[in-house]
Amino acid sequence: MTSLTVEKPPPAEPEAPTRTKNTLAKRLVPWGYLSPTVVLIVLLMVVPIIMVISYSFRDNVIVQENSVFAGFANYTEVLTDPDFLAALKNTFIFITVSMVAHLLLGLGFAMMLNSGMLSGVTKAIFRVVYVLPWLFTIAVIAVIWRLLLDPSGVVNYVLQTLGVISDGVNWLGDPGSALWVVTFVNIWSGYPFFMISLLAGLQGIPGELYEAASVDGANPWQKFWNVTIPQLRPVIISMAVLDLIWTSQQFALIWMMTGGGPLNSTEMLSTFTYKLAFSEYEFATASASAVVVLLLTMILAFFYVRQQRER
Amino acid sequence: MTTATLKPRRRLVAKTGLIIGLTLGGLFAGLPVLWMLSTSFKPNGEVFANPPKLISENFSFDAYTAILGNGAQLRFFLNSYIVAIAVTILTLLVAVLASYAFSRFTFPFAKTINAVIVSVQAVPPITLVIPYFGLVVALGLYNTYPGLILTHMVFTLPYAIIMMTAYFNTLPKELDESVKVDGGNSWTALWRILVPISVPGLIAVGVYTFMISWNEYLFALALTRTDDMRTVPIGIQLLMGQHSYEWNQMMAMSILGSIPVLVLFLIFQRRFIGGLTSGAVKA
Repeated sequence: MTSLTVEKPPPAEPEAPTRTKNTLAKRLVPWGYLSPTVVLIVLLMVVPIIMVISYSFRDNVIVQENSVFAGFANYTEVLTDPDFLAALKNTFIFITVSMVAHLLLGLGFAMMLNSGMLSGVTKAIFRVVYVLPWLFTIAVIAVIWRLLLDPSGVVNYVLQTLGVISDGVNWLGDPGSALWVVTFVNIWSGYPFFMISLLAGLQGIPGELYEAASVDGANPWQKFWNVTIPQLRPVIISMAVLDLIWTSQQFALIWMMTGGGPLNSTEMLSTFTYKLAFSEYEFATASASAVVVLLLTMILAFFYVRQQRER
Repeated sequence: MTTATLKPRRRLVAKTGLIIGLTLGGLFAGLPVLWMLSTSFKPNGEVFANPPKLISENFSFDAYTAILGNGAQLRFFLNSYIVAIAVTILTLLVAVLASYAFSRFTFPFAKTINAVIVSVQAVPPITLVIPYFGLVVALGLYNTYPGLILTHMVFTLPYAIIMMTAYFNTLPKELDESVKVDGGNSWTALWRILVPISVPGLIAVGVYTFMISWNEYLFALALTRTDDMRTVPIGIQLLMGQHSYEWNQMMAMSILGSIPVLVLFLIFQRRFIGGLTSGAVKA
């Protein structure tokens, strides 16, 4: 496989062409600058995708010397596996609920921070506080929330004191609540990126638009729906699609909070595929699952690219 | 007349509502982080004390000294620094060259290659980790620094190229052309003129690259095996299993593991957010 990258020798070094004013050499200059990138993209993207597709049509890959052609057997196995279908359903709930909540929280916080009623210092302090969840790596976020959500942890203490629940709830151990809890934690960790982008978007809306709306007698609610939202629409749509893609790739949070359990209730496509490969060493079946994940992502990416073109 | 008397009152109501909203949001964002900090200073026996206390009477730095006095834990930090710094340097180097080509030259397939680079960002890591495992084993890079450094670049390089190209595009072409008039070639124009005045952009890209690599979890988990090759995020997870929940140490480790990113972010906050939004949203 590595021979693929070796066969593509990096084009001429950039120093040579300018000395010899040769047009062919001159045309090679940009390729000289691009060559390290091209080599890396081929090695890290093109070759691996070819590999994973070829694995998915074979059996006994990686772990054994001689793999055999298996046709679509791996795909049939994955697509009829109830665990895979459960993972598909969980992933769908996880990414859509997260995206909607990220958008609402991000927009709400961005609008509060953009308010003209606050002093610069107040804004700066709140902005740092609001960005906090985003500054911690997912491994840290997972352990913080495991601490908070422990059956004898502080979340249960607060809820019991307020009378919301009577007994301590095992939030991550109960198949009924685990998916909602990991979704909540993902919402907590991910809204700041929406907030930052939407805040930049809000600051880019010309003040004259609001002034014109005021002259027409619009109230704040009408201004929000007729000026703010239409102006932010392109940012909102691209952030929403990007968020669906990113959240669907979330692995560490699930792996460290629940490992996909209890009873598959938080199994995602990512954890399902990882387990097949690295816990059960079923690399061929895992590859079929990984290719399905790739195809699903490509559908989302297609919408993203189309949206970007329209802008 | 009535609107004139109502206005200051409505303004006060709006401002009070805003302050309440901001505070609630602040508690939502900040309390979990505060609790992590608080727990890291408690003895482990008091972590789940009822009623919970923000500051224990037995306040101590024991959890931190336990982490910092443990060679195995320090090794995680060393590994993370080696990998993240190497990824940052290599990414910047490769991205500067590629961005220069995109920004200053017209050549066939430029748009296609750019589109491929943008689309790399969407490819799921879980799809890549399986062939990476096969590839890294075949190349003898399993459980090594180069294996991690190389694979992390699939995440960092596309972003870095997009952001650096956008940055170079904001710089007037006359700058580097003046070097060519003086007999210099494009190579000298890049390193003598463009790179020195692009330091703010390079910092933003570098900080982001460092953060991505420092935080990366899946490849670090799948492509290393022994404890002496594990990075901080995996180290935190290992702490969760090994010590039967030394919560105070886990929180201390989490804070120590977050410090590099927090410090970088606070120093470069403005440049970083500016670069990020221009790179990501316009990408």
